[in-house]
Amino acid sequence: MINLLIKNGRIIDPSQGIDGIGDILIEAGKIKKVRIQKSKFRKETKNTDLKILSEELKTIDAKGLIVMPGLIDMHVHLREPGFEYKETIKTGTIAAVKGGFTTVCCMPNTYPVNDNASVTEFIIRKAAQEGCCIVLPIGAITKEQKGEELAAIGTMKNEGCIAFSDDGHPVLNSLIMRRALEYSKTFDVPIISHCEDLTLSENGVINEGLISLTLGLNGIPSEAEQIMVFRDISLAELTGGNLHIAHVSTEGSVEIIRDAKKRGINVTAETCPHYFSITEEAVRGYDTNAKVNPPLRTKRDIEAIKNGLKDGTIDVIATDHAPHHRDEKLKEFDMAPFGISGLETALGLSLRLVKEGILTLSQLVEKLTLNPARILQTDKGSLKVGNDAHIVIVDGNKEFKVEAEKFVSKGKNTPFEGWVLKGMPVITISKGRVYEW
Amino acid sequence: MLNRKDLLGIKELEVEEINLILDTAAGFKDVLGRDIKKVPTLRGKTAINLFFEPSTRTRTSFELAAKRLSTDVINFSVPTSSVVKGESLIDTALTVQALGADFIIIRHSSSGVPHLLAKNLRASVINAGDGTNEHPTQALLDAFTIREKKGEIEGLKIAIIGDIAHSRVAKSNIYCLKKLNAKVRLIGPPTLIPKETKEIGIEVFHNIEHGLKDVDVLMMLRIQMERQGKGFFPSVEEYSKNWGLTSERLSLAKTDAVVMHPGPMNRGVEITSEIADGPNSLILDQVTNGLAVRMAVMYLLGGVKR
Repeated sequence: MINLLIKNGRIIDPSQGIDGIGDILIEAGKIKKVRIQKSKFRKETKNTDLKILSEELKTIDAKGLIVMPGLIDMHVHLREPGFEYKETIKTGTIAAVKGGFTTVCCMPNTYPVNDNASVTEFIIRKAAQEGCCIVLPIGAITKEQKGEELAAIGTMKNEGCIAFSDDGHPVLNSLIMRRALEYSKTFDVPIISHCEDLTLSENGVINEGLISLTLGLNGIPSEAEQIMVFRDISLAELTGGNLHIAHVSTEGSVEIIRDAKKRGINVTAETCPHYFSITEEAVRGYDTNAKVNPPLRTKRDIEAIKNGLKDGTIDVIATDHAPHHRDEKLKEFDMAPFGISGLETALGLSLRLVKEGILTLSQLVEKLTLNPARILQTDKGSLKVGNDAHIVIVDGNKEFKVEAEKFVSKGKNTPFEGWVLKGMPVITISKGRVYEW
Repeated sequence: MLNRKDLLGIKELEVEEINLILDTAAGFKDVLGRDIKKVPTLRGKTAINLFFEPSTRTRTSFELAAKRLSTDVINFSVPTSSVVKGESLIDTALTVQALGADFIIIRHSSSGVPHLLAKNLRASVINAGDGTNEHPTQALLDAFTIREKKGEIEGLKIAIIGDIAHSRVAKSNIYCLKKLNAKVRLIGPPTLIPKETKEIGIEVFHNIEHGLKDVDVLMMLRIQMERQGKGFFPSVEEYSKNWGLTSERLSLAKTDAVVMHPGPMNRGVEITSEIADGPNSLILDQVTNGLAVRMAVMYLLGGVKR
């Protein structure tokens, strides 16, 4: 059980509207007290200012550092069970904690698929034993993610699934999607949609445009995403279901979602750091590390996504952490799997939005804590008194160079190799442990 | 010599490099006209034809080019290799390199495979066609053939007709001919011409009669039968009626217009036999010149420097 005093940090907790210098007292692993200095002038706090029950109290001086709730990543692939050579619950959650995340939601495209309570139970048990952070599984919408028959959504929810998605295998059949949005209302869980019209994207591997033409690679037009975003929003309107759009990558999707929100439809959306950081240009030279689905798009799309983040159209930043083995990426471009290992670069890339003036630091933290927590209806991502202490302390000025070989994730597949990012976690407190980086 | 290890595509080449290859090929063409058609230029070197897709003319052409340069050449054909046992591409390539290959001549159905090998191997990688990306030696031999017939490529009106979208030959030819300042236009149905080609300033015609007016060179492309039934065009018959090259259509071009085809032809589909075997046809010259151009490419790359 940890007892800890974090002193003089800039505490940001959107769940309580906190952004100020102050102290956090952790007692027996739980947040005991959060004290924000009223004065604008920074005042050094003495240990005696807070009443401490424990005798052995470790103190962290967080002066000049940012203290926030452990981040929530509502879209990761932990690959276990079935693809342990790519990632395991253990290695994936270490990567999460290193990246500042203390809660991750793992997608169901494992082997076997998480489409029944016994797989859910396995993941939860394994995560309890070996996970370095909280793991909230996402169950499949349909059996084996085939898009044909609904999976046992209610039973899986009772076992611990927090949301449902056929991520990677979009539900093509509109009637099944309608039923999923209707049926899941009983259990009040979000349906997370990977929006892709597979009949239109066909064998596409990168964004359709001049670059796909130049490289001779099959393109995926933006419309393949947008058609499904529009369909699912229409179905959410029809059913009143709880829809969350995964990994928004195009300007058109942002516009459709913005319009839907204006009309009061129950829809939320996420994007990933790569969709606001790099364009399809990254694929030149046939770099399979930049092969991701949906594909990297254009400058125009990046601008639209930034605007969507700024005006609240996009609620959440998630990583879509998709680790793959080196041998799988060292292949013909067409054959290499889609995906980017994202947990260890997400915060650094996201902090660029603050530097560019797109988001305030507080707004950014909201998209990484409060908003996903609201969508998932969890108490995680908050520094409220009584919560388990899941905290990340970030040095906003510390630079680091992205070197895939140093990733703790098994997935070294990053298109950001060699980038210098500013802002990284220096301490993560997760599941009763203090990790110093 | 070329200051590069590999020939991956025309888009990577400078104009000077293209001209150097064409000039060098002219020299080799003289050699091919002699009684003894072999030179000792690359004696002791080894070339491996690594063909993951069926090919007769390109593979044979490279094989013969290597032999004319006194290079040992091995044909690695996929059906008899470990690839069918599940060996990865990179392992196959490393194995072939370990056998001492100086040149790896690669054809593969996936775009970018030559680039992947070039990055991971010491050997000179020559792209003999990758997916729908490029087929650089075809474009070079086409340019050589046009230059040989017309003297100069600059300013010529050249029409490429057919399935541009899936044609690596068309892509390499567009890059090459544009670099040599020809006026390139594309003719075909909208489903077979990527809309982005207009962005790079190439004229597009969907009506062949309009497109063929006053052109100097007609480059026909093979219509791949497997495109039928995929929504690109309703049937081969309909394609042929609308975009096939007939004598009437050819008469719209300049009187001294030449007709080319990279082969293999579908006679009676994209081109009539009358034209293929007629006086305007350069189709067999293309094959002969391919040998000289491929000798030039191998000679100028030189293989592994030890």
